[in-house]
Amino acid sequence: MADSYASDEGRQLPSLPPWLRKTLATLATVAATILGLLFVTFMIGRVMPIDPVLAVIGERATQAQYDETFRELGLDKPLLVQFGIYVNDVIHGDFGTSIRTGQQVSSDIARVFPATLELATLGTLIGVILGVPLGVVAAVRRGSWIDQIARFVGLIGYSMPIFWLGLVGLLVFYGMLGWVAGPGRVGIFYQGVVEPITGMLLVDSALRGEWAVFRDAFSHIILPASLLGYYSLAYISRMTRSFMLEQLGAEYVTTARVKGLSEWNVIWGHAFRNIRIQLITVIALAYANLLEGSVLTEIIFAWPGIGQYITTSLLANDMNSVLGGTIVIGTIFVGINIFSDLLYRFFDPRAK
Amino acid sequence: MTTNTHGLRDWLLSDEPTSRRQASLSAWYKGWLTFRSNTLAMLGLGVLVVLILAAIFAPLLASHDPFAQDLGARLLAPGVDGHLFGTDSLGRDIYSRILYGARISIYIVLLVAMVAPLVGLIVGTVAGYAGGWVDVLLMRITDIFLAFPRLILALAFVAALGAGIENAVLAISLTAWPPYARIARAETLTMRNSDFIHAIRLQGAGHTRIVTRHIWPLCISSLVIRVTLDMAGIILTAAGLGFLGLGAQPPSPEWGAMISEGRKYILDYWWVATIPGLAIFAISLAFNLLGDGLRDVLDPKEGTS
Repeated sequence: MADSYASDEGRQLPSLPPWLRKTLATLATVAATILGLLFVTFMIGRVMPIDPVLAVIGERATQAQYDETFRELGLDKPLLVQFGIYVNDVIHGDFGTSIRTGQQVSSDIARVFPATLELATLGTLIGVILGVPLGVVAAVRRGSWIDQIARFVGLIGYSMPIFWLGLVGLLVFYGMLGWVAGPGRVGIFYQGVVEPITGMLLVDSALRGEWAVFRDAFSHIILPASLLGYYSLAYISRMTRSFMLEQLGAEYVTTARVKGLSEWNVIWGHAFRNIRIQLITVIALAYANLLEGSVLTEIIFAWPGIGQYITTSLLANDMNSVLGGTIVIGTIFVGINIFSDLLYRFFDPRAK
Repeated sequence: MTTNTHGLRDWLLSDEPTSRRQASLSAWYKGWLTFRSNTLAMLGLGVLVVLILAAIFAPLLASHDPFAQDLGARLLAPGVDGHLFGTDSLGRDIYSRILYGARISIYIVLLVAMVAPLVGLIVGTVAGYAGGWVDVLLMRITDIFLAFPRLILALAFVAALGAGIENAVLAISLTAWPPYARIARAETLTMRNSDFIHAIRLQGAGHTRIVTRHIWPLCISSLVIRVTLDMAGIILTAAGLGFLGLGAQPPSPEWGAMISEGRKYILDYWWVATIPGLAIFAISLAFNLLGDGLRDVLDPKEGTS
């Protein structure tokens, strides 16, 4: 998001040093984007065909009770004031109460989010470990069979519905081959055995030394994580390939070869060094996409994460939970976007 | 006959066109020749043509009524009793449902492909042409939408609007327009201060006329490439919404919804969920291949090779 119009905002603060001006402009962008996100979710909440008052008091309440709750919820105030109250609540971590679970949405999300984080992190790791070397080799051996395979892998990844691939994966690796465990996060015998520390089961069981639980959890997570990993692999390898092609065509690569450096050194010591920053940006974006992509995957694998939380709430007309989940994922998404943008500007001298 | 087609070919490939019509037809023909040499893109086009024909002639090609239930013939394997792809949990013929489902997928893609780029085109050209605070405001809004996770936002929209095909289209369009706005703005910025726009303005053209008659036509080709490349994504999002029960409603033979219905039986009756998935895969792969090929023809500087 390197904006040409960001400089317009900077112009109003002429007396400040450039780094401070840039930081302020970025902060203003973050604030505006998140405020916009809140505005959209707020408006979605308002146009819902569900009466928020009836959702709280039930259908058999008297008119007086209805009016009282109506005022309590602040629905008699102007829309702009209501939005102000809403923003204030969200900033203080108050997304309201979930109708479905009867608990604070924020505590619900804190409970389910580590499961999604665990899945998306393992998925990104798989994507990076396989995707980066594949992209580099595809660029170096351009046009070779390995380049064709990389292209094919990417094309399939961009064309296949993730929820369907998940089902087929379950059918083959769980139903037919029995290599992995079925849906869910951990087998029934191991449920609640490990006292949570981070909420991420693999980490917790390793920290507590419960290796039986660790093995079982790993057997459950590996299929959905590989699935997500495949999608980030498709994206990461394609981007790595095009970044590397750009570098390999540069003159310094020829110079390095003429100097007599080994091919390994030319590729990894010179060309790859120069794409590291771009690559980190891509990986950050892939990670953000996986957080979102996990919604459908979580449904297939009965994974108790935020994606499943949002969709289950959606089908139960539990709007507070849906919007709370949307805000959390949206904010993380915005955060990662801006982080990768900053990183790029900070490390790449050409962007200054 | 042979000499005649030869003559047409030579006329199309002439280096010195004698009329505007010849020049433009010649450009189209050369583009088609480039496109035709791309085997994968032709394959994509072929698959798409087959799918579109299947959708149009679904009533003729279907072997059964796609909605007719037959509880005596539940979950038949492919090939049994004249059911090419077998039957689902209510005994409906999967092959016929796939054919009718193609209509829904194509309908959704066409609607989104008309709505989203149009919104993007309007926002982008107005921002780029007006400049100043209008530009800052519109592009900030675009950035906000661009920074959203698309599927989650579409989910929230559908939740607010209610489930259904039209609302799914609206939700996908609302999340899909920002990239088009960015492209249209970038194109407009390169044109805004060019001589031909100044000339038109001196002739007395108003802003509306300049934007709609002179800037819009020149934005179209980059938007078309982008739309074609996005179509697979649109299909996958629509299928995802259908799978979650937020798109087309039962008994509609929408492919995503069919996978959702077959999900329960995946371990024992694999075909119920697998075959609609293959259909989704085929159509989005075809759009991806076609998009890559079109990009090579219309926008050689961004080519993959």
